[in-house]
Amino acid sequence: MAKTVIEMQHITKRFGAFTANDDISLTLQQGEILALLGENGAGKSTLMGVLTGQLKPTAGQLLVNGQAVTLNGPRHAKALGIGMVHQHFMLIPAFTVLENIILGDEPTKQGRIDYATARQKVTALVDKYQLALDLDRKIADISVGMQQRVEIIKALYREATTLIFDEPTAALTPNEIQALLAIFEKLKAEGKSLIFITHKLKEIKQVADRCVVIRAGRVIDTVLVAQTDPTKLAEMMVGRPQQAPTPKMANQGAVMLSVEHVAARVAKRTVLDDLGLTVHAGEIVGIAGIDGNGQSELIQVLTGQLKPQSGKIELGGQSLLKRTPRQISEQGLGCIPEDRQNIGLILPLSIAENLALKDYYHQPYSHLGWLNYRVINQTAQKLIKRFDIRTQSEQTLAGELSGGNQQKVVVAREIAKQPKVLIAANPTRGVDVGAIEYIHQSLIEQRNQGCGILLVSFELDEILKLADRVLVMHAGQIVGEVDPQTTTSQTLGLLMAGQQPVGGRDE
Amino acid sequence: MTITMILMTICATTLVYAAPLIFTALGGAFSEHSGVINVGLEGIMIVGAFSSAVFTLQFSTVFGGLTPWIALLVGGLFGALFSLLHALATVTLRANHIISGTVLNLLAPALCVFLTRVLYSGKGQTPVINQSIGNFTFPGLAQIPVIGPILFTKTSLVAYAAVLVGIISWYVLYKTRFGLRLRSVGENPAAADTLGINVSRYRYIGVMLSGLLGGIGGAVMAQSITLNFSAATISGQGFMALAAMIFGKWHPIGATGAAIFFGLAQSLPIIGGYIPILAGVNSVWFQIAPYAITIIILVIFLGKAVAPAADGENYIKSH
Amino acid sequence: MNKQQSSGLIIAILSVAAGLLVGGVVMLVFGYSPIQNYSNLFNGAFGDIYSIGETLRNATPLILTALGFSIASKAGFFNIGGSGQLLVGWFGAIVFALHFKNLPGILLILGAILAGMLLGGFWSWLAGFLRAYFGTSEVITTIMLNYIALYFVNFAIKRWLAPKGSDSSANIVPKASLRTPFLEQITNHSTFHWGFFIALVLVIVMWWYLKRSKTGFEIKAVGLNEQAARYAGMNTKQTIMWAMLLSGLLAGLAGAVDGLGNYQNISVSNALPDIGFNGMAVALLANGHPIGIIFAAILFSALQIGGLSISVYSTTPTEIVNIVIASIIFFVGVRFLFEQLLNHRLLKKHALMKERLEK
Repeated sequence: MAKTVIEMQHITKRFGAFTANDDISLTLQQGEILALLGENGAGKSTLMGVLTGQLKPTAGQLLVNGQAVTLNGPRHAKALGIGMVHQHFMLIPAFTVLENIILGDEPTKQGRIDYATARQKVTALVDKYQLALDLDRKIADISVGMQQRVEIIKALYREATTLIFDEPTAALTPNEIQALLAIFEKLKAEGKSLIFITHKLKEIKQVADRCVVIRAGRVIDTVLVAQTDPTKLAEMMVGRPQQAPTPKMANQGAVMLSVEHVAARVAKRTVLDDLGLTVHAGEIVGIAGIDGNGQSELIQVLTGQLKPQSGKIELGGQSLLKRTPRQISEQGLGCIPEDRQNIGLILPLSIAENLALKDYYHQPYSHLGWLNYRVINQTAQKLIKRFDIRTQSEQTLAGELSGGNQQKVVVAREIAKQPKVLIAANPTRGVDVGAIEYIHQSLIEQRNQGCGILLVSFELDEILKLADRVLVMHAGQIVGEVDPQTTTSQTLGLLMAGQQPVGGRDE
Repeated sequence: MTITMILMTICATTLVYAAPLIFTALGGAFSEHSGVINVGLEGIMIVGAFSSAVFTLQFSTVFGGLTPWIALLVGGLFGALFSLLHALATVTLRANHIISGTVLNLLAPALCVFLTRVLYSGKGQTPVINQSIGNFTFPGLAQIPVIGPILFTKTSLVAYAAVLVGIISWYVLYKTRFGLRLRSVGENPAAADTLGINVSRYRYIGVMLSGLLGGIGGAVMAQSITLNFSAATISGQGFMALAAMIFGKWHPIGATGAAIFFGLAQSLPIIGGYIPILAGVNSVWFQIAPYAITIIILVIFLGKAVAPAADGENYIKSH
Repeated sequence: MNKQQSSGLIIAILSVAAGLLVGGVVMLVFGYSPIQNYSNLFNGAFGDIYSIGETLRNATPLILTALGFSIASKAGFFNIGGSGQLLVGWFGAIVFALHFKNLPGILLILGAILAGMLLGGFWSWLAGFLRAYFGTSEVITTIMLNYIALYFVNFAIKRWLAPKGSDSSANIVPKASLRTPFLEQITNHSTFHWGFFIALVLVIVMWWYLKRSKTGFEIKAVGLNEQAARYAGMNTKQTIMWAMLLSGLLAGLAGAVDGLGNYQNISVSNALPDIGFNGMAVALLANGHPIGIIFAAILFSALQIGGLSISVYSTTPTEIVNIVIASIIFFVGVRFLFEQLLNHRLLKKHALMKERLEK
């Protein structure tokens, strides 16, 4: 009987009224690889935050090597051998690999760093786990895959016996992913115990021993990977769509947005890979997928913020390439961005000014360089009424509105320009129920009037409810298209997790 | 004048003017490497100059020839104390680094001239000190043919001390544990924090080191160049030291070299008259050179990836 | 006044009070009388019409450099090049006035002012350009440009404007001056000149510009949230350079106005004029609000002019005034301290009220 190194018993974590983890129990055996599977917002990161001492659980117990412990911080967890490899690395780009590894725990000789000893220790680890790292290169100069290995060695250097990986393959190329999975096997062979958070079934199948599926803060099931069908895993991850879909449009108009073979890179990494899609007038196309698979970059490319490496993009028959964001907006592309506070709105400005952000520079909002606030304010008043934005006056600062009303300002602004195509990215994230309903109605109304809508969302319910067609995005590509009325959670889950439902190609 | 004499004068004058810049630029480097921008070097130098001048005037009878050297340390001490204001404002009270540095520059001359008038019967300048750091000839080394007279005869010992401090600073910043941690705090305080490094503590130390070294730099001005203190003792040297630090890409050895180069620029107008080629060049070009070249250097390196990554950003721990 | 503005005003008042307190403590420590000194200061600044004239005259360049700093800072920029921009503006105005002295009065004055403004604007625009296209920190470039301006202007004066052996240029002709007998008379022969009214006009112009113009709106937007402004389609690079240009135009105007109204000539400066930094201090105290700038500038000017009286009537060194000014800016800089204290009190009040309501 293998030793249980970690046991989380009935862990509950609440943030105010919101329950992120609801009575979660799991165990980790020594020398095992445990996968933690779940969608965005399921509660995986919170759970690991509890395990690594970053967060204190509202209720529940944590046992390490059979002993009950109350962690009083990350250093305590590290002292107990729990090491975390974060999704967003905590590295110093200007320092070398070796310096990053030893920082905070440097071997010294009278104040002077004993690089010889450090090098010895680290090289021994590198060799033992076959992690192939050049210790003298700067972090800024090495690939993401190598940076991740630095984070791994950091944990091993501090003698971690339990290693937690948060979405470790999110930013890796396929080759790097295979290399990482091989490292997992090596760590396991050396007696380490691993937990890895992921939404990719292929990886789970390849290396994990057991898998815990989490949804909406609860454990759905804990299974032996070898004995479980991936489709079952996918279905458990996604669950069943809850709301009745809205009436779908049978007729589609002409193609409004055409994207062909678009490729894009950010910092030497391919984020969009031969991506193609179309949006017709009078339809809602939903893009489903786990965060980090290129959705943000796709929107940046379409709105003119990011230049693609190659490909064709046409709006209403005219190319969008090489045009400024303002020109693209004028051409008829609207966008409700995913981050209303940092990108969609300028919070210290008034509602009226925010509503005019994409129109202020032309008649009748301004004339010969001077703004016409009468027009700006009147237009704002009309929009506030039309979109039921709850506020005393159009002069109220945007920052003083509730999340739902802030989002309505963004929605109002974009719809008021009567775009040919409207991108809506997570349009109801962090918004109250009443506003959600309103925004959904607005989108459907636009569609009925002939607007083509590209709905990018992490909420499957939302997509299935609103979309006429659903595309699934994975690793920078559109990997499949499904009919929201007939598709199953199995299919969706598989596609989102990078696998084809029926005998399709493997990655 | 013979070539040797010309070179000797150039060398000596360069080092005399470079010495205060070297110390101060090194101080600035420590502060910025810990992530705190310090434009208040000018003010710190003023405090160092003033306190050292008063010390020498008071104690020259007690310590004799050693007084000006001890005065350098006194200037450093008061510089460090003065810089605490900057550390408190930026690290603990989250003030904007530029504003806080400007406060130092506004407060120092006001405070020091005020105290001068209080101490010296209403006058705006202190009396001339009667023990100063004069020129120095290295015994033995001065006998070496060619370089002996140029580099080691009647030259500035303080400058050589400054260069030594530059080398020590390099060692401390890049070879010791303290240095690694100090730099990590200026590059990525969040990462350093996760590794258990106390960001506030290292930033305080970084700023106080800039106060110490800047204070010494100001003291060198008073003890070896102006030989007293007044509002005119420090006029622009703090900013020139800042430029030297930037020109030297925040590296101690680079900053030292840049400071020496700027010292040369300052000395050439004075001795330029003796050199045929330079006699025709107006002194204004030498005066402008350090600043113009610094801008050019910044532009060439596209202003990016040269300063410590988190320089100027207040670090607020998120719990 | 909205919430932000009223808290800004409270912090400004608290900072001034704290600064004056520091000055008072220093005076006490060294045996001087705060009461006597502060009352002499007040009299020296506002005691009679002559003093008021001097105070307002001294406030004139402060208002303009403060406006310049605040416009750049609205765009998110730290323009500490005010001193250098002022110097080149001063230089440009005097050169124009001396060279074209045969032009009719109004044209001469307008031309000189314009020359000064354009030079100052260029000097600042340079830093904005380098920032927009090369990413160089405007803090560093404006400091460097300050000193380049200082040495170059000094050189130009000695070479082209000043007679041999002198450090000053010739005086401008009276018709180019901003002083008039009328103003001199009503202020009992102080140096008060029309520049003050020019400054007031500029305050209103700038206030109106930021409130109502298209580019003013863009400057605000970019300064508040550059990313959102970019996503909304604004050309942030152009906006940055334009804001820096405006900033320099104002600082150049400050120099021109001071030269034509106060000095009537230009002389070699021994050191970089403090006025650029004092302008920044005024802008910070006023929290960037144009009307607040007028009051803050008059306050600072009063401290400086009144400070001259301090050493006349007592043995207290005038530098005490600069200690007060520096302290005020310190407290403005650490506003976080006051914000915490205010919040704490407000929270306590809120909690007390809640308790009362729940009883």
